[in-house]
Amino acid sequence: MPKVLMKGNEALAEGAIIAGCRGFFGYPITPSSEIAEYMARKLPKLNGVFVQAESELAAINMVYGGASTGQRVMTASSGPGISLKQEGISFIAEAELPCLIVNISRGGPGLGGIQPAQSDYFQATRGGGHGDYRTMVLAPSSVQEMMDFAVTGFELADKYRSPVMIMAEGTLGQMMEPIIMREPVTKLPEKPWAVTGCRGRKPNIINTLHLSAEYLEERNHHLQNKYTSMALNEKRAESFQTEDAELVVVAFGLMARIVKKAVMEARQQGVKVGMIRPITLWPFPDEAIRQAVNSAKRFLAVEISMGQMIEDIRLAVAGRAPVEFYGRIGITPNPEEIYQEIMRIAQREGY
Amino acid sequence: MEKEKQILFAGFGGQGVLSMGQFLTHAAMEVGKNVSWVPSYGAEMRGGTANCLVTIADDEISSPLTEHPLMAVIMNRPSLDKFEDKIQPNGTVVLNSSLVDRKPVREDLTVLEVPVNELAEEIGNPRGANMILLGAYLEKTALVETQQVLGFFEEIFKGKKQAVIDKNKEAFLVGVAYAKKEWL
Repeated sequence: MPKVLMKGNEALAEGAIIAGCRGFFGYPITPSSEIAEYMARKLPKLNGVFVQAESELAAINMVYGGASTGQRVMTASSGPGISLKQEGISFIAEAELPCLIVNISRGGPGLGGIQPAQSDYFQATRGGGHGDYRTMVLAPSSVQEMMDFAVTGFELADKYRSPVMIMAEGTLGQMMEPIIMREPVTKLPEKPWAVTGCRGRKPNIINTLHLSAEYLEERNHHLQNKYTSMALNEKRAESFQTEDAELVVVAFGLMARIVKKAVMEARQQGVKVGMIRPITLWPFPDEAIRQAVNSAKRFLAVEISMGQMIEDIRLAVAGRAPVEFYGRIGITPNPEEIYQEIMRIAQREGY
Repeated sequence: MEKEKQILFAGFGGQGVLSMGQFLTHAAMEVGKNVSWVPSYGAEMRGGTANCLVTIADDEISSPLTEHPLMAVIMNRPSLDKFEDKIQPNGTVVLNSSLVDRKPVREDLTVLEVPVNELAEEIGNPRGANMILLGAYLEKTALVETQQVLGFFEEIFKGKKQAVIDKNKEAFLVGVAYAKKEWL
């Protein structure tokens, strides 16, 4: 199949369409807006629905409504907009509505800037909204994965009846790479729980208000069982030259590719360094980290934030090795800079 | 492993800097290379400087970013001031000498100059300046053979009017001719 040159945001939007998404509800914000723009052009031609809502809050509640009918629907935004959507995401998690939420992330806090960042990691992986819920989070690292993960995201959302988030740095949304188009998904799963009009059957009810304490607790146990099952089955990571690595660098998203280049160059200098790239940010791939602890004397978290994923690395390492940090915000560290940091640690520690 | 080539394109917003980079990215993809195109985006582009970074490689591209590109195509003076120090040792800088009123300070760089705006005026196509520079640049460096590039115009400009495609091709050929005459 011939390759097509696409922007990350467009590839993600096309991936969603390929997955059968026929409803997009959003409010534009840099650097995510091309997703909405693409959907606005394409969805009406496919008998789909595109709504530029009056606010992010309205958009996420339209996602709630659309998902309730059993359709594959989504929204996309960036940090400040994702913050506004948190109430809705909490409702969607409890209502067990499958949908895709995309954060093409930029630096905060507050309105922050529009340049790329990964500082919404806590927000994405800790739930973000109120109550005991989790959102599965996928972190693509190429334009091809922007497309692929949109398809995977909808599959996982339906499999667990749960919202799934894709989080990618702004750069991934804006950059172009050639991709191989995927075949359209033709068979969507049955959704007998959906609100589709109840003539001839018992009404389906989608509701998140549970005033009976006993029933509320039962609901929470049900959700937790689901999250446990996700944690058992869905952790994904890429390990690169970790087998004999004394220093293991951990990075996700586009950042991981930049780290990979630095790791390859440090290897050429004889430094035993490897990389782990979490692909699911939640559930966090802690086994991959634990495996590496056997040979690794030290870890280095590289993030475009002031240090957030490092907490998950430390939990996985459980005190068996020190975890250092290198990060910037709004500015993506370049390979030369990461190489310097690796060499600095290697020389200091005699690796 | 063939080393990756990373090329920075920089100039004013509106000079076609981003599309120049996109054109090269697309052309290199057509000849089977691995490619990536990363733009500067946002506030910088409104009236200020715009730039993009193109990576062309035989192998899979790990990092599409770099602090030190091998080559820089510079369309205006502020971009030369900003990026001259970043270019790799013994790298190449291609200058729009119509607008860049100084020479690079560094002596290790290969400097290629094209009076792009004058050449564009001559053919009555001021908006073709970027394609002229690209034509000259590719004729000299053969990153992608210009003969092959000519065959990709229809694909790259898909959806554009034939007249627009022809004008861009004409400008590209002016650059090719300039390189043949001045640099070989």
